[in-house]
Amino acid sequence: MTGRDPREGASGDRRYDVPLTVPEPHARPARANGHRPAGPATRPDPAPAGPVTDEVDTAATDEPAVTDEPAVTDEPAVTDAPAVPDAAATDPPAVANGVAGRPAATGGSAVPDRPGDQWDRAVASGLAFLRRRLAGDYEVDEFGFDPQITEAVFHPLLRLLYRDWFRTEVSGLEHVPADGPGLVVGNHSGTVALDALILSAVLHDQHPAHRFLRLLGADLVFRMPVVSEIARKTGGTVACNPDAERLLAGGEVVGVFPEGFKGIGKLYSERYKLQRFGRGGFVSAALRTGTPIVPVAIVGGEETYPMLADIKPLARLLKLPYFPVTPTFPLLGPLGMVPLPSKWLIEFCPPIPTAHLVDSADDPLVVFNLADQVRETIQQTLHRLLEQRPDPFGP
Amino acid sequence: MTPGGTPGAPGVVVVTGVSRYLGAHVAARLAADPRIERVIGVDPPEPGAEFTDLLDRVERIRVDAGSIGGLLADLDVDAVVHLALVSSPDPQHGGRSAMKDQNVIGTMQLLAACQRAPRLRKLVVRSSTAAYGASFRDPAVFTEDTEPREVPRGGFGRDILDIEGYVRGFRRRRPGTTVTVLRFAPFIGSTADTTLTRYFSQPLVPTVFGRDPRLQFLHFDDALEVLHRSIVEDHSGTFNVAGPGVLALSQAIRRAGRVALPVLEPGLSGAAALARSLGFGRVGLDQVDLFVHGRVVDTGRLEREFGFTPRSTAAAFEDFIAAHRGGAVVSRDQLAVAERLVREGIRQVRAAVEERS
Repeated sequence: MTGRDPREGASGDRRYDVPLTVPEPHARPARANGHRPAGPATRPDPAPAGPVTDEVDTAATDEPAVTDEPAVTDEPAVTDAPAVPDAAATDPPAVANGVAGRPAATGGSAVPDRPGDQWDRAVASGLAFLRRRLAGDYEVDEFGFDPQITEAVFHPLLRLLYRDWFRTEVSGLEHVPADGPGLVVGNHSGTVALDALILSAVLHDQHPAHRFLRLLGADLVFRMPVVSEIARKTGGTVACNPDAERLLAGGEVVGVFPEGFKGIGKLYSERYKLQRFGRGGFVSAALRTGTPIVPVAIVGGEETYPMLADIKPLARLLKLPYFPVTPTFPLLGPLGMVPLPSKWLIEFCPPIPTAHLVDSADDPLVVFNLADQVRETIQQTLHRLLEQRPDPFGP
Repeated sequence: MTPGGTPGAPGVVVVTGVSRYLGAHVAARLAADPRIERVIGVDPPEPGAEFTDLLDRVERIRVDAGSIGGLLADLDVDAVVHLALVSSPDPQHGGRSAMKDQNVIGTMQLLAACQRAPRLRKLVVRSSTAAYGASFRDPAVFTEDTEPREVPRGGFGRDILDIEGYVRGFRRRRPGTTVTVLRFAPFIGSTADTTLTRYFSQPLVPTVFGRDPRLQFLHFDDALEVLHRSIVEDHSGTFNVAGPGVLALSQAIRRAGRVALPVLEPGLSGAAALARSLGFGRVGLDQVDLFVHGRVVDTGRLEREFGFTPRSTAAAFEDFIAAHRGGAVVSRDQLAVAERLVREGIRQVRAAVEERS
């Protein structure tokens, strides 16, 4: 992306850049609509930048009724096709500077901060975000990860869920490396893989280095439309060794749940009992890249959708690994999709170094022993956390 | 050493498929290289009028694939560049069966001829990243060693697998010959006319609902550069050739100023089949699968071996957009203006409300 420094707004190629961040203290606050005037020296705009109303503002006053609807942004070509494009074509920098360069036009004299300005800025940055999305001005990595939309849309939603709905308490974040690769291995629970999403939001929000967790998901996730799109955009990829090793070699923090469907598809009566850890593919991926393994215990996921029964014939019919019956799910219909507000505790355990075992990546004994060690660590931490949380739905 | 000058550079080069866009440009480029003595273009049909000016320095021979064997031996050919592949069935020229004839049978016959050519020491074969297929279980990034998880549904992908199989056999039988297999990502560029450029030139671009595949493009000029280098230098092996970086389909459509039209997946397959049977539109199952799952390849081996990095996927696409700016539905300027108008509107309304209160 282009730089966020608002001072650069005047140069030609960055003319559409709008600062997303709140301006520095020395910024002119009044009526700025999130834009700040570019420095007078660097301004190519020939028009005098005075407090007089200019053509930009009159154009806006002519048709405020049409343009104040946010929906208009979707169809700009329809609404202002006759007048606008040639203005933009003849002198695009002037148009852009009209946006960036005349903040105080209607305000007249400099007005000190008003309550509306915060809101103003939010609207401006929201619009700028929308415009950048619609113009395709964002980056996607080779796995399809789109950090911009993850931070702007998905994490805020998950934040509401983990902070206000689940009252999540997190500890041990210092065990996740601040830079370089890490393999976070967790217990999987709760019918819907909500724990993975919460874990990624928590790690990004609360870790000092704001690291993104790159989740490895089951085949099923990538078979489904919409779900697969969201999974890739939020940084997920198919759980396979080439992808895991590529992410780790790139210095990413990778999140895996080796129990897979056995973990999330278990009955409520078996809650917090770790299932089998498969073939330990995650361990060999860590060994090949010399990545430390960070076990993480997540308490609270099991109570979100307590699975009382599994209707196997229906699952087979729908080609799903299980068909859950929870106290609310088929009974209340779509309302059953609302997770129960359990109390969540997440603890990251001390990392297990693997750098000295790089040569043993294909040694099944080493792999199984390490997988067992990770499993035991998670299981014991789960028991300890459960003792700290006597009431699953407590405060 | 060949009577052609520099070591590595061959004296006599045969290029197949010169009646097509890629073949014509490669032949013209090789002909312009002083290190190469003779460039002979081979193709069954007469090259189209649009390329004849490109090919004035290329000797052209029209033979059918079956009798190419004697030709290669008679001409003392040092190197063969095999580009005569058809990527989508053309209803005007026999459809899928003709496509398979040309791709698979044509390659078999050419390889048989190459085996009998005594002086041949270099073979460059155009392949495609379609060799990896496309499925939801695939790793996100293909390296040259990745095996496809399932046989591709589309005809072109299956042809590519067959062709690469025959080339592997040839490599076993002629171990002294340098064989370069180039797996190209879809071409794009300011002038190239491919299925993909036609697709992105439409104002309404159909996409698959709920999927946003990751795509990679290769700029046409970079494809020429890699083909040229693989002829004048020695690079044995299989290489992915693609622009580094990735564009999501939705992102590409937005950058091109087009509007995406999501279609349910079964609907799209059906529509593609219908369009094919009606004789217009050449979107095959290859394309449908690509637009569901996407395909990204690792170009590390190419960069290490050739010392050449193609321009990035985003840059290649930018070049295409610049040449097709006219068809854009939504331009950046319009978006910026719309943004400003909305913001001005909000400000006006708020000012009015404040004045009244």
